[in-house]
Amino acid sequence: MAWFKRTKKGIQTPTEDKKDVPKGLWYKSPTGKIVDSEELEKNFYVSPEDGYHVRIGSKEYFEILFDDNEFKELDKGITSKDPLQFEDTKKYTDRLKAAQEKTGLKDAVRTAVGKSMGEDLVIACMDFSFIGGSMGSVVGEKIARAADYALKKKIPFMIISKSGGARMMEAALSLMQLAKTSAKIAQLAAAKIPYISLCTDPTTGGTTASFAMLGDINISEPGALIGFAGPRVVRDTTGKDLPDGFQTAEFLQEHGFLDFISHRKDLKRMINLYLDLILNRPLREKVS
Amino acid sequence: MEYLEFELPIKELQEQYEKACKIGEESDVDVSNTCKQIELKLEETKKEIYKNLTPWQRVQLSRHPNRPYTLDYIKAICGDSFLELHGDRSFKDDKAMIGGLGKIGDQSYMFIGQQKGFNTKTRQYRNFGMANPEGYRKALRLMKMAEKFGVPVVTLIDTPGAYPGLEAEERGQGEAIARNIMEMTRLKVPIIVVIIGEGASGGALGIGVGDKVLMLENTWYSVISPESCSSILWRSWEYKEQAAEALKLTAADMKKQKLIDQIVKEPLGGAHSDKEKTYLIVANAIEKAFRGLENLSPKELVENRMKKYSEMGVHKG
Repeated sequence: MAWFKRTKKGIQTPTEDKKDVPKGLWYKSPTGKIVDSEELEKNFYVSPEDGYHVRIGSKEYFEILFDDNEFKELDKGITSKDPLQFEDTKKYTDRLKAAQEKTGLKDAVRTAVGKSMGEDLVIACMDFSFIGGSMGSVVGEKIARAADYALKKKIPFMIISKSGGARMMEAALSLMQLAKTSAKIAQLAAAKIPYISLCTDPTTGGTTASFAMLGDINISEPGALIGFAGPRVVRDTTGKDLPDGFQTAEFLQEHGFLDFISHRKDLKRMINLYLDLILNRPLREKVS
Repeated sequence: MEYLEFELPIKELQEQYEKACKIGEESDVDVSNTCKQIELKLEETKKEIYKNLTPWQRVQLSRHPNRPYTLDYIKAICGDSFLELHGDRSFKDDKAMIGGLGKIGDQSYMFIGQQKGFNTKTRQYRNFGMANPEGYRKALRLMKMAEKFGVPVVTLIDTPGAYPGLEAEERGQGEAIARNIMEMTRLKVPIIVVIIGEGASGGALGIGVGDKVLMLENTWYSVISPESCSSILWRSWEYKEQAAEALKLTAADMKKQKLIDQIVKEPLGGAHSDKEKTYLIVANAIEKAFRGLENLSPKELVENRMKKYSEMGVHKG
């Protein structure tokens, strides 16, 4: 009997019959570090090897920021219509359906109210996995309603941006969401309700040109891409090589557009520290 | 006069007409009848062509090289009363965004708008009407000045977009536009917005939030230009006509979606075919819009404006 099973030369197994490592057991960071998924989750979805902040969605952010992952989701039922009957290579309605099936989400933002370190907080968190976190009518409406909720109940408001920009398939309707959401931020400001904008990887286009840059504080996570025009567009327009670290969170802080950058494990503590300080109330966490 | 491809029948008739007239001048032949006939035909052809414009043809008209630009309107409308004001007070004076005070009748207005150039040199000088952050900050400075003294604001929009440059990113293009949009939602004086050419995305909306938003007949306004939309969604530049169709970006489409308040008719053949008439039409439209707003209190103005924008969007539930 032969020592080895393979008797014919070369690889004979067709691709579909190959045995694969089950998906989701390991995560590979952009620098090539391999991390165990469970370990990653315990470490706030930050690679312990190189500090890479993995892109996460509303589910994970709610878990990180709300006490015991308890919260009430607001306006769950709002979904997109296709007002322009938009069709490119695909119908918009088909794109919506595919995105809903793939992600289990209704649209690119979820809004919720809950306790964070024991105090109420309203959070609107975008999901990049839903058509690139693009902002159409639903995102605008849900953010506006969440802001209204914060206004009515006098609860601090936070938006976690993660978006490629406005949703092209709703054309000018998407564009007007910039004005609609910004008007709400103006109303929060008039009522002296703190508004925190967390710009996560990536925050570009229409979100940057509206609520993402309008926080009482704008904050971010290490290495996040933040910009108005995407890096490819800037390179193509100017024909210049982009400097290292162009449009990263660190770059934006250096140029004066972010108040601070927080490691994800410190995020909950940092936003609540800010709220205690700006609202001049006792600190919930003792500082030494 | 330059002609677009779909305007070529007009060009032909125009040339015939001129030729016939010349013959009449240079010889004793009576050409008045022929001239009259060609003139009638010309008028008919124009009507036929401009009645059935496709969205893409309107986009082309909005960029017509002979079309009047922001300063042309302001200088024609305000005459010698126009006083241009410069600078954002922190970085520099953006030549792609102009502003200043001027009168229509007895009323002062603060005019603000993107400015394009009319030849290679001035186009570069004006950065093709693509403002940098300092342009938006200059616009905001002028709006706040107007607010302080109760002067209504008129913005004229004509831009292919905010400039997507390296330095623009460094100086916070997104922040500058976001700030303007928010401040405009709560500005305590009337804001009248007129789209006079191209209304491209955030670059347009950065001076485009208003109580009355008017669009000239042959202009476009959307979240992206048809070319860029084609390159992103179709992954090719070849589908700009389809993209223009799909984006519903014409004045009529925008009115139907209730995203603008009024369409301003242009003279037959477009704004550039009879500039003097266009200036008059726009001046009248601005005055009329202002008369509808002048008696509202600052509180009512802001409340109405915020309500108007809150209602934009279409969704289920």
